Amino acid sequence: MKKLDKDRLILGFAGPALALVVAFVLSTLVLLVSNRDPFELYRLLFEQASYSDVQVLIINQAGTYYLAALAVAVGFRMNLFNIGVDGQYRLAAMMAALVGASVDLPGPLEIALIVIVAMLVGAFWAGIAGILKTTRGVSEVVATIMLNSIATSLIAWLILPKNFGDQAAGSNNLTTGEIHESGWFPGLSLGPESGEIYGFTFVAAACGLVYWFVLNRTRFGFDLRATGASESAAQASGVDAKKMVLTSMLVSGAVAGLAGMPTLLGDTHTYSLDFPVGIGFTGITIALLGRNHPVGIALSALLIAFLDKASSPLDQFGFEKEIATIMQGLIVISVVISYELVRRYGTRRQQQKVGEELAAGHALTTEKEAAL
Amino acid sequence: MSTTKVSAARLAPSKGGRRKLSLPVVLLLLAGALALVSLVRLISGANDVTSVGQVAGALELAVPIGLAGLGGLWAERAGVVNIGLEGMMILGTWFGAWAGFQWGPWVGVLFGIIGGALGGLLHAVMTVTFGVNHIVSGVAINILAAGVTRYLSNFTFADEPGGSSKQSPRVDEIDKITIPGLSDWLQDLQQHHWFFVSDLAGIIGGLVTGLSLLTVVALLLIPLTWWLLWRTAFGLRLRSCGESPVAAETLGVNVYKYKYIAVVISGGLAGLGGAFLSIVATSIYQEGQTGGRGYIGLAAMIFGNWMPGGMALGAGLFGFTDSLKLRGGAENVHAMLLLLGILVAFAAVWQLYRKKYVSAAIAAVCSGVLFTWYALTDQVPSQFVDAAPYVTTLLVLALSAQRLRMPKADGLPYRKGEGK
Repeated sequence: MKKLDKDRLILGFAGPALALVVAFVLSTLVLLVSNRDPFELYRLLFEQASYSDVQVLIINQAGTYYLAALAVAVGFRMNLFNIGVDGQYRLAAMMAALVGASVDLPGPLEIALIVIVAMLVGAFWAGIAGILKTTRGVSEVVATIMLNSIATSLIAWLILPKNFGDQAAGSNNLTTGEIHESGWFPGLSLGPESGEIYGFTFVAAACGLVYWFVLNRTRFGFDLRATGASESAAQASGVDAKKMVLTSMLVSGAVAGLAGMPTLLGDTHTYSLDFPVGIGFTGITIALLGRNHPVGIALSALLIAFLDKASSPLDQFGFEKEIATIMQGLIVISVVISYELVRRYGTRRQQQKVGEELAAGHALTTEKEAAL
Repeated sequence: MSTTKVSAARLAPSKGGRRKLSLPVVLLLLAGALALVSLVRLISGANDVTSVGQVAGALELAVPIGLAGLGGLWAERAGVVNIGLEGMMILGTWFGAWAGFQWGPWVGVLFGIIGGALGGLLHAVMTVTFGVNHIVSGVAINILAAGVTRYLSNFTFADEPGGSSKQSPRVDEIDKITIPGLSDWLQDLQQHHWFFVSDLAGIIGGLVTGLSLLTVVALLLIPLTWWLLWRTAFGLRLRSCGESPVAAETLGVNVYKYKYIAVVISGGLAGLGGAFLSIVATSIYQEGQTGGRGYIGLAAMIFGNWMPGGMALGAGLFGFTDSLKLRGGAENVHAMLLLLGILVAFAAVWQLYRKKYVSAAIAAVCSGVLFTWYALTDQVPSQFVDAAPYVTTLLVLALSAQRLRMPKADGLPYRKGEGK
C-alpha cells in the first residue's frame, strides 16, 4: 500500500514538472524563431523578480489570482465549470464599491459590509446559473458565458453618471466614487520603496486554509467531492445532487466575489472603467495548473503573477512583453496534456501491476493469509 | 419479444411529437412576422427599422456571427464542444489582414481560413488525441490566440506604413455587388413607408445593395453545410460521431478522423468569420476586434438548436439588434420593445389556450412590463442592447431546454476501443 502511494506522489509531481519543461522548451522555440535571445529574456525576468518592489507587485497579484482560482476550483471539485468567475468578481467589486462609497460605518464594520456585499453579489450572479442548471437543465458553461457578457453590459450601464457612476472633471474615466476611508484595508508596508502588500492578500491565504478544511474535513466537502466524482453514486448514498450543484455554485460565486477585493480595498478604493478584467479566466488556468489543491494553486498563482509582473517592463529591453501571454497559453496547454498523459500512464502501470500480481497468484494468497 | 415491439411503437410518436414545419407554413410565419414589424413601425414611427441600409448593415454584422456559429455547429455535430471559436476568430482576423494587405483581399480570406483552421487543429489534437476537457482546451486556445496575434503584430504591422503594434495597414476591399435597377427601385419603394410593401422592399433591397462577394460565399455556406451534414454519407458518419461514437466505431467509422475533419473545418469557418471582420467589415485588423463574437456565434448555434437554419436565424436576429443600435438606434430599439411586448402577449394567449395558466400569467406580466417600459421611456440604453443576444439565449435555454436537443455525445471524452 505504501509503495503505491509513493508512486502516486511521483506521478503527481511528474505532471506539473513535465508541463513546465514542455512549456519552457516551447517558449524558447517561439523566441528563437522570432529572433530573440531566450536566455537573455529569462535572465531579465529573474532580474526583475529580484527587485523588492516587483516582488510586492507579484505577491499582490498572486493574492487576487489565488481567490479567483479557488472560486474556479470549488466548481471543478464538483465537476462544475464556472467560467463566469470573470463576470462575478467584476459585478461584485462594482456593487461593493458602490455600497462602500455610500455607507459610512466605523472601521472593521465598513470592511465587513463591503466584503459581505461582494460575496452576496458574486453568489447571486453565479446562483442564476445554478438555478438555471438545477431547474431547467441549462449547461452552466453556456449560462455563465452569457452571464459574463451580461455583467459587462450591466456594469457599463450602472456606472453611467446618470445612474450610479461618477465622472471626475476633465477625465473620461467613470468611477463609482471613492470608498470611505474606514473601508480601506490596511496593508503591510515593506518600506517606502517596495510598497505595501495588500492586507487582503492574507485573507486570501486564509481562504486557502478554509477551502482545504471544508473540502477535506467536513461532511459538506465530502458530499461535494463525492458528487463531483460520481453524481449517481452520491445520489444513491443520500446526497441531494441538485442541492449540491446550487450550493457549490453559490459558494464558488461568493469566493469569486472576493477576487476583486484585494485591489478594491487595498489600492484603487473605487471601481472604475480601468478596473482589472480577465482575472476569472486566469483563475481557470491557475486552478488547472494547481490541480485544485490549495498549495498547488498558491504556487501556480505565484508563477502566473511572476510572468505577468516581471514581463511588463520588457519593452524597454527590446523584447515584446506579449510573450508572457503566449507563455501562459503554452503552460495551460502543456499542463492539461501532460496531466492526461501522466494519468494514462499511471492507469496503465496500475493495470500492469495488478495483472502481474494476479498472474503470480501472489497478491490474492497473501491477502487471504493476512486476513486469516 | 412482443413487449419490445410495444415499447418501440410507443416511443416513436413521442420522439417526433413536434410537427415538422412545411415550406408554406414557414413562409406564412415569415409574412406574419413581417406584417407585425410593419405595424410596429407605423405605430412607433421608427421608419429606419426596415430601411435598406438597416438590413444591409444587419447582414454585414450577422455574417461573422453566423460563420462562428456554423463553425460551432460543425464541431459540436461531431461531438467536440468548441469554446475556442473566439480564439480561432482572432487568428482569422490577424492572418486575414496580414495576408490581405500584402497580397490582396482574397489571399487574405484564404489565410484567415488557414489561421482559424490551425487553431482548430490544435483544438483537435488536444481534445481528440489527448482527451483533454473540451472547454479547458478552448479556453487555452483563446488565451494563446490573443497572445500570439499581439506578439506577431509587433513583428509585422508595427513597421508598416499605416500600421502599428495594435492594428494593420488597410486591406483592399472585396468587390461589392449592387443590382443596378432593382436596388434603386426597391429603395424608392421603401421610402414611401407603406404598410408591408415598403418593409418587404427594404429587406429585399438590403439583400441586393452593396453586397460583398464574401457575404454571398458566407450565405451559401449555410445550405452547403446542411446538405453536407444531412444529405451525404460523409455527413451521416460525422454526425454519428457526435451522437454515439461507440456505435459509429462498431460500424467501421474512423471516429478520430471525422472528429479531426470536423474540428478543423470548424476552425476554418471561425477563421473565415474573423477574416470577414478584418477584410470586409472594417478593412483593417485591430486588437480585440472580435469582441466576443465567437461566444455570440456559439449562442446563435444553441438558439438554433444545433441546426444550420435555426443558427442562421439566431445570427440574423443578433446581427439585426447590433445594427439597430449602430444606426442611431435608441429610437429603433425602443420600437423593438413594442414588438417584443406584442410577441410576448401572443405567447401569453397561446399558453392560456393550452391551459398552462402559470406560464400564461408570467408571459402576461412580462408583456405588461414591456408595454409600460415602452410607454414611459423614449429610448433604451445602448448597454441593454449589447446584452440582448445573451439575455435572449439565456431565455431560450431556460424556456425551451427540454425542446433543444444537442448531439448526444457532445463534449464527452471518447477513446478508441474503450466502448462499453
